[in-house]
Amino acid sequence: MIAILEIQDLHVSYRSSGGGLCPALTSVSFGLMPGEIMGVLGESGSGKSTLAGSLVRLLPANARITRGAVQFEGTDLLRANADELRQIRGRRISLIFQEPSLALHPTMRVGEQVRQVLAAHDSLGKGALNEQTRQVFDQVFPEEPDRISHSYPHQLSGGQRQRVLIAQAIACGPSVVIADEPTASLDPTTQMEILGVFRNLREKLGLAMIFITHNPALLCGFADRVLVLYAGKVAECGSAETVLASPRHPYTKALFHSIPTVFDRPGNTRKTKLPAILGDSARSLPIRGCPFEPRCTEKMDICKEREPAAVNLSASHTVSCFKYES
Amino acid sequence: MKVEATIGKNMQPLLRVENLVKRYAKQSLAGTPEEFLALDGVSFTVFPGTTLAVVGESGSGKSTLAACLACLESPTAGSIWFAGREIAKLEERASRQIRPQIQVIFQDPASSLNPRWSVMEVLAEPLILQRKFTREEIDRGISSLLERVGLSPDIVERSPTELSGGQRQRLAIARALALEPKLLILDEALSALDCSVQAQIANLLVELQGSLEMTYLFITHDLAMAAHLADEIAVMDRGRIVEQGQAQKILKQPEQETTRQLLAAVPRLTLVPPLLEQ
Repeated sequence: MIAILEIQDLHVSYRSSGGGLCPALTSVSFGLMPGEIMGVLGESGSGKSTLAGSLVRLLPANARITRGAVQFEGTDLLRANADELRQIRGRRISLIFQEPSLALHPTMRVGEQVRQVLAAHDSLGKGALNEQTRQVFDQVFPEEPDRISHSYPHQLSGGQRQRVLIAQAIACGPSVVIADEPTASLDPTTQMEILGVFRNLREKLGLAMIFITHNPALLCGFADRVLVLYAGKVAECGSAETVLASPRHPYTKALFHSIPTVFDRPGNTRKTKLPAILGDSARSLPIRGCPFEPRCTEKMDICKEREPAAVNLSASHTVSCFKYES
Repeated sequence: MKVEATIGKNMQPLLRVENLVKRYAKQSLAGTPEEFLALDGVSFTVFPGTTLAVVGESGSGKSTLAACLACLESPTAGSIWFAGREIAKLEERASRQIRPQIQVIFQDPASSLNPRWSVMEVLAEPLILQRKFTREEIDRGISSLLERVGLSPDIVERSPTELSGGQRQRLAIARALALEPKLLILDEALSALDCSVQAQIANLLVELQGSLEMTYLFITHDLAMAAHLADEIAVMDRGRIVEQGQAQKILKQPEQETTRQLLAAVPRLTLVPPLLEQ
């Protein structure tokens, strides 16, 4: 099977006010298969949102894509012109943002907001447009499509607003949806509900998804593959079962270990300390060597000297760490 | 069980809430006045040096409860006993003496810290407002607060916007500790942070509780973190506490449907044994 979206050696930097270039993503490569859910895991500042933005070229003005290619349906999105991009954004690849209350127009009924997405991309008659809007609402709100589409954003709950964003994202029948922390502002019950909506749509519409989050637990039982970003570099990538159950990169291991569980782990009494990762990624980036070295508990001498390359542990599992280099 | 062991028999509760009710007036679209019952007869006690986690979905009344306890909202009915004093219906003057002893840490440190102030100003404000400290005492206070929360003293000149999320929440905690409160209300204080930073801040909270005998009311929708930090858990649903008791017991044998639903919604990582043994 060939990838529907292929990211090759992507480098993105931000120009700082002083004029220097600050790297946000360094040599990120992966392919997204049709119908696949790729979970992208990383902490603030690891480059997750830069990745989402660069795939459809929606980056702040001071961002520079310095190298790489993003192949999608025969086009390199990084070299596409504005017209080509407009054809693709929202229609073939759509983006869902974190904060649903900021992404919706406060004084426009949500039905109209979905209709406008359709109207912007398809030259349909009024009747066909309304019919298609209704179908989209049927899919996302099977219980009460009409009531919701006539509501204003403030009349809806956080979960319902997030569903409206999903409706906008799938309105034109895209083949790829990029969701940037779509559940971060929701409570756990609603989070699960939204993951359920995504899972359903994947089955019904065969959508491929890039799901960006900082919470590894959300990806359990949801993502097919997981890509772990640290300081703009791919630390680990593999199938969700492998990475989530037996991570290999010291960062991934430490991250998973720092999350409390509902039930005590054996031998773990309450009010003990969580095994947190010490330090702070933004402030501890070394000039040379592995970016995680200053915080790593398994570091070796070589880690200070140069950067580890990706090591293939199996056909589908790669880790960038010297521990696995033979 | 654990709670009783640590508090001893004759210890007084720090906080006792009885039948707390908060009604908000709201207007329906037709213009007729309606009432919304945010808290519907909430009662509980918290002993000094312990943590009570209040969990529930959005809209269950958790934050209204926090606001009433912090004297930011006045309850419609019921009473709040704090350190032996009824504080639910205090006059403005009297509540000024109580408020410093109850501090709140909010969810988003980015919006709870003034971006135009320096770290120094953020920490000095509560001390200056008390009008009983000299400049030297304030300076000394600031450096010991920074040390206590694990922030480096060289950041005093910086603005909160120049700090990372974890540093900002440490600053919010330092500010809350400035007046040596007895009760800290943590209103979703960890939810906006990254997982790895959450663990660091959770550890700081555990450490401060140990060294300062701090009492926490931890409001959250994260059951796993509640299980880690709390002695007792109270589960809220539509303005009522539906289940309350020792943390591990509530999680292992939930009696109410609401609790079961909350538990079922917790996303979990099931790590394979080799990692657990490390």
